[in-house]
Amino acid sequence: MDLSLTTRTEGDFTIVVVGGEIDVYTAPKLREQLIDLVSGGSYHLLVDMEGVEFLDSTGLGVLVGGLKRVRAHEGSLRLVCTQERILKIFRITGLTKVFPIHASVEEALAAKD
Amino acid sequence: MPTVELRFAALPGHVRTARMIVAAISRRSGVPDEILDEIKLAVGEACARAVTVNRQFDPMAPVVVRVSNDDSFAVSVVDCGPAGQYLGRAYDGGRGSPSDLLPDLGSIQSSALKPRDDDTSPPLPAGLGLALIEGLVDDFDITAQPDSAGTVVTMRWSVKEKVDSPIVAV
Repeated sequence: MDLSLTTRTEGDFTIVVVGGEIDVYTAPKLREQLIDLVSGGSYHLLVDMEGVEFLDSTGLGVLVGGLKRVRAHEGSLRLVCTQERILKIFRITGLTKVFPIHASVEEALAAKD
Repeated sequence: MPTVELRFAALPGHVRTARMIVAAISRRSGVPDEILDEIKLAVGEACARAVTVNRQFDPMAPVVVRVSNDDSFAVSVVDCGPAGQYLGRAYDGGRGSPSDLLPDLGSIQSSALKPRDDDTSPPLPAGLGLALIEGLVDDFDITAQPDSAGTVVTMRWSVKEKVDSPIVAV
């Protein structure tokens, strides 16, 4: 399965719903999407990863790159993920300390950090 | 003697195919289902690394994946670059020490998150994929190819007891 990306706006946040597989082949598509959003002035991003079936280190790199970009504009990048197999990857790499990870879009939107 | 040997052109689009093939073989090899995700991720990381190395040093050279199923389910991924490329900071030139591969996360967090104009710099170090493999796979080693250029990343998983007993009608 390829990568699917849809975006919508909710308040100050742009929600990026990602589905499918984020790997060395598809990650550039996500990178472009995040760059486009930040270039277009969206500095508060919420990446909904509930539909992600596979994530590798290239995908992690793209998310960290996105975080760098929004932080350059004093923005934020929050993740929504409850899937254990994806959360495990963030834990192994220590990136749970870098990204705020929430259990639902509502929770992420309501969070203060 | 590998059960299956796969060679693919060093293109990112083929990494998924390699992952799927190895996962399919693992299912038939008695590997518990619950580690299927782990196998896919580890093999994907090893193949992605090998694609990067070959594209930089020998773009026409294929990435080789060898799968064998003897005492354990073993997958080796071989690149064609000079030994020791893209392994992280602590590679010792032949016998990599996986426990030293985990990148310094303190430095990732501070340096990677510092806003910079340069969009092309990878935000995470080259060894991250291997660090992920190390975090997932208990039995993992990195060796130099004995006779030619290239690095071999080998991962092994133990297999379930094979159930060979015939079905008995009750």
